[in-house]
Amino acid sequence: MTADRTVGVSPEVQRRLYELMTLMKAADDRLSKGIASGELQCVYWPPRGQEAIAAAMGVCLRRDDQLVTNYRGLHDLIGKGVPLVEIYGEMLGRQTGSSRGKGGTMHIANPECGVMLSTGIVGAGPPVAVGLAMAAQRKGLDRVTVASFGDGATNTGSFHEAANMAALWDLPLVLLCQNNQYAEMTPTEHTMKISQVAHRAGGYGLPGVRVDGNDPLAVVAALTEAVDRGRSGGGPTLLECVTFRFRGHYFGDPMAYIPPERLAAALEADPIPRFRSRLRLAGICSEADLDEIEAAAVTAVEEALTAVLTAPGALVDELDRDVYADPRNCPA
Amino acid sequence: MTMREALNLALDQALAHDERVFLLGEDIADPGASGPTKGLSTKYGTERVLDTPISESAIVGAAIGAAMEGFRPVAEIMIMDFIGIAADQIINNAAKLRFMTGGRTSAPITVRTQVYGGIGTGATHSQSLEAWFMHVPGLKVIVPSTPRDGKGLLTSAIFDDDPCIFVETIRLGPQRGMVPVDPGFSIPLGEADVKRPGSDVTLISYGRGVVEALGAATQLEADGVSAEVLDLRTLVPLDVAAMVESVGRTTRAVVVHDAVQFAGPGAEIAAILQRELFGRLSAPVERVGARFVPNPAPPALESQVYPSAQRIVAAVRRTLGLESAKTGAHG
Repeated sequence: MTADRTVGVSPEVQRRLYELMTLMKAADDRLSKGIASGELQCVYWPPRGQEAIAAAMGVCLRRDDQLVTNYRGLHDLIGKGVPLVEIYGEMLGRQTGSSRGKGGTMHIANPECGVMLSTGIVGAGPPVAVGLAMAAQRKGLDRVTVASFGDGATNTGSFHEAANMAALWDLPLVLLCQNNQYAEMTPTEHTMKISQVAHRAGGYGLPGVRVDGNDPLAVVAALTEAVDRGRSGGGPTLLECVTFRFRGHYFGDPMAYIPPERLAAALEADPIPRFRSRLRLAGICSEADLDEIEAAAVTAVEEALTAVLTAPGALVDELDRDVYADPRNCPA
Repeated sequence: MTMREALNLALDQALAHDERVFLLGEDIADPGASGPTKGLSTKYGTERVLDTPISESAIVGAAIGAAMEGFRPVAEIMIMDFIGIAADQIINNAAKLRFMTGGRTSAPITVRTQVYGGIGTGATHSQSLEAWFMHVPGLKVIVPSTPRDGKGLLTSAIFDDDPCIFVETIRLGPQRGMVPVDPGFSIPLGEADVKRPGSDVTLISYGRGVVEALGAATQLEADGVSAEVLDLRTLVPLDVAAMVESVGRTTRAVVVHDAVQFAGPGAEIAAILQRELFGRLSAPVERVGARFVPNPAPPALESQVYPSAQRIVAAVRRTLGLESAKTGAHG
């Protein structure tokens, strides 16, 4: 089955997927190393392990397609094309940040790349994505909006309200659940009776699809179908991509709640080495090609970090700016 | 026309003159509509006057997303007590988008909501919760007291670049007044209005409290006390200059509102007045707000909760140092 999908995705796109995945991993590795050593000070919710899903977004979505993601969004942001300098800059409170440093890790947006919102509140994104999709529908655009969230978000009222509304109005929306098997520190099987998040879709009258979220080609296939459906007026899709987060909820999380054998099994299924060997076996990339892609990712990350660390910090003047359109509206 | 008709006219004209405007909420389309949206779906279609599921969070979230893309959505939360369900979208998304994204996105939505209260609906269908939203940087809070203000302020809210919480009051719905029908008519946000001039005491209020304050002012006049009634109209932005000017003249202030008195909007107003006018005040700033209880359903109890002309008059007398109404105006 996976072999068939490999045939369906061009070698160029497969190579691009690997480039994106390695860039996401390199960005996470460097940040993690820096925070752990004390070199970098910021809060961070690592997506390490979930790269295949975001890379698939990177090759399936157009620049004008929109994304609402969340605090665990480093990989999604890279997939959607937000420059690393903006992402790191925002995380580290520099003027190069997407919000000139005052939004922070959880609140990165870049409308030019289609990233409209990153939410710090679990479940807060899907309702806004409904509105973005409504706007596209009203304007007659063939743009699609993706709401990216975890398994935990599907237990919130906001998710249910948004899913129902999106289905009711046939909105061009993909409800993309990155099921990393833990809602903060609680395993999914302790938070829902159903075995698959995708089963929720039936309750709203929309298609629900579950794929291996560690297989970028499987995600590309499912996401392409969902995006095409939305673009052609066929309405929303709930797409569940099953994956795992290797570094816990927040960076530094001791992960005492994850049984060692479960973590070991998850690490065995790391999407990056798995896709690497597939590319080599399929003859799409040589060992040298792959080394080169990985080295390029590390270089890109180092260059971005250097640019960010030499950039000035957020200005105190920023405090009163952007509270209202007109700063005079702020009470004294 | 009535307040309800004035609000309807503001929505009607906004829909007529700007394609970016659309309305969404529960039971706002005909034939189910009974409030200020009545007739509008018939006139503009259900694409622009959109009935939604009972999903307050998604109603406001959808408005936010559409507003980010250039629309001017007007979301209705039927009764203000339900706004808690949508509070996350209002507080964490609408209010903060502009700041969190360094001005790259914003959510110029209007959330219309109605305060019941005084009509026997009990504790969960009666609250005046405007203080909650005053406390969140990024939101504007508007509470009109007259049909004219209702139309002018709602028009401003819809076309304002910031998210606005527009609080209507069911007991003011049938109230009549002169209203400019000109579609270009609007009232800037942040400008208080003297509803009745006076010289001995300033009654500072907004929304339904203004009606009670005007009633109290009439009673006080009979006792020779000249009360000025200052209608704030918007709580954020707050017209501090108008408050300070008026109370600077009268040297006495009584703040009146249907919101719970304790930690209500009056607390902020009193704090500002003492800071700006310390030494010039003839008496401590008095507050007359709702009692600190969940609203009871029986009319005999509920009437004890809200400000009344009688309670306002008593507060004014305290500021005047009078022991009773008969001891004269300037104690």
